Amino acid sequence: MGAGHGHRLHYHGHSPLHRAEPHHKILALVGFVLLVVATPREWFAAYAVHLGLLLGVIAASRVPLGYLLKRLVVEVPFVVFAVLMPFIAHGPQVEVLGLHVSEPGLLAAWGLLVKGTLGVLASLTLAATTEPDDVLRGLERLRLPDLVVQIMGFMIRYLDVVGSEMARMLVAMRSRGCEPRRPKHWPALARALGALFIRSYERGERVHLAMLSRGYTGRLPR
Amino acid sequence: MSVPTLDVRGLAYAYPDGHQALHGVDLHVHPGERVALLGPNGAGKTTLVLHLNGILTAGAGSVSVSGLPVVTQNLQEVRRRVGIVFQDPDDQLFLGTVRQDVAFGPANHGLRGEALGRRVMTALDRVGMADFADRPPHHLSFGQRRRVAVATVLAMEPEILVLDEPSSNLDPASRRELADILRSLDVTVLMVTHDLPYALELCPRSVVLADGVVVADGRTYDVLTDEALMRAHRLELPFGFDPRTIGSLPA
Repeated sequence: MGAGHGHRLHYHGHSPLHRAEPHHKILALVGFVLLVVATPREWFAAYAVHLGLLLGVIAASRVPLGYLLKRLVVEVPFVVFAVLMPFIAHGPQVEVLGLHVSEPGLLAAWGLLVKGTLGVLASLTLAATTEPDDVLRGLERLRLPDLVVQIMGFMIRYLDVVGSEMARMLVAMRSRGCEPRRPKHWPALARALGALFIRSYERGERVHLAMLSRGYTGRLPR
Repeated sequence: MSVPTLDVRGLAYAYPDGHQALHGVDLHVHPGERVALLGPNGAGKTTLVLHLNGILTAGAGSVSVSGLPVVTQNLQEVRRRVGIVFQDPDDQLFLGTVRQDVAFGPANHGLRGEALGRRVMTALDRVGMADFADRPPHHLSFGQRRRVAVATVLAMEPEILVLDEPSSNLDPASRRELADILRSLDVTVLMVTHDLPYALELCPRSVVLADGVVVADGRTYDVLTDEALMRAHRLELPFGFDPRTIGSLPA
C-alpha cells in the first residue's frame, strides 16, 4: 500500500534484505520468533546466538541499529511488567544490588524481556525493510484469507486519517481548557475516544457505500 | 426526444425508522445536460442520490438509467453507468495508491491488464492528475484528492456523473480548477450543492428539492432570481452575489 504508509517504520534502502521476497521474510520472521519463544530461558548462551543472528541480519539490511532501537519503545509496557516481576513473585529470595528479590521472578523477568525484545526487534527489521503493501502481498502469497488481508489494508490506509481526526479532537479539547493528560479529564478523554470510535464506524459505512457504488462484490480486484 | 439518462418517476422512500425522506420525486436528466440539485439540509438530496445507483431501494416509484431500470439484477451495470463522487474524498479513496483506487471501479466491472492501465491513465489525465498515479492518496492536497475521486468514477466511463457537494472544503483556486475540469468533460452531470454561485457557473439547469419533493425545475438563473421561491426553501445567495449583475458565464 504505497510508499508513504511506512514513513514511520520503513527505512528506504536497496539491501538484499529489502529486495527479498516479502513472503520469505514473513516466514523467516515467524520461524525466528517461534524458535526464540521455544528456547528454554535458562539456556543463556542460546540467546546470545539468537541475538548474534538477528544483528547479522540487521547489518545485512544496512538499517542503522539506532533507527530500530528508538522504535523499540513500543515494548515499554512489557518492560515495566518484567521489572515488577522479581518484586511481586514468590519463591526463594536472592540478593541483587542490596535488594531482596524473588529468584523465579528474576528468571521470568529475564525470559519475558529477552524473548519480547528479540521478537520486537525482528519484527521491526521486517517493517523497516518491507513496504506495508508488500507485507500484505506476502501474506496473500501465504494464503491468508482474502478478507483478513483486505481488512489489514484498510487499517493501514485509514491509520493516518483516524490519527489526524484524533489529533484534531485533542486540539479542540485543549482549546476549551481540558488537558487530556490530567487524570481529572480522563472521563472527557474516554468520551472523545468513544466518539472517535463512532466516527470511524460511520466512516467505514461511507467507505463501504463508495465501494458498492463502484461495483464492489466482496473481492478486491487483482 | 432521446431516452433520458436519468429517469426518476414518483420516487418515494421512508427510512427504516419511519422517517419519510422522499414523497414522490420526478426528475429527468437528458444526455449532455449539467443539472444542479439544490435544497436545504434535510431536503432528501442525499437520499435521492443513493437511489440513483441502487444503494437504497425505492419504496414506491422507479428509477431508470438510460432506459435500464434500477433493480437488483441490473445493479452492477447501473453502478457502472452512474458514477457517484462522494463528499469526502477520504471515503472514496481507500487503497494505497491513486492508480489502484482509480482502477478499482473498472476492475470490478471486469477490465484487466493493458486496457485497465490505459483506462486509469485516461481518467487521471482528464482531471490533470496523471503525474500522481503512484502516490498514496493521503499525501495529496484536499483539492487533488477531490480530483482523484472524480477520476475514480470517470474511469468507469459512466453515463452520468453525480457529484455530492463538489466544491465543499476547497480553496478558491481548487474550486475554480475543479470547475474547469467539470466543464471540459463531455459527460452528463448531476451536481448536489449548497454553493449557488457554483451551480450558476456550471449548470444551466437547476432542480430544487424541499421536504422530499421537487418544488422547482428550470434555468438556474431563473431559480436563483426567484426571491419568493428562494426564501420559501431556505436558499440564500452569499452576501454581495447577484446573478443579475453577472455578465456572461464561462463557456
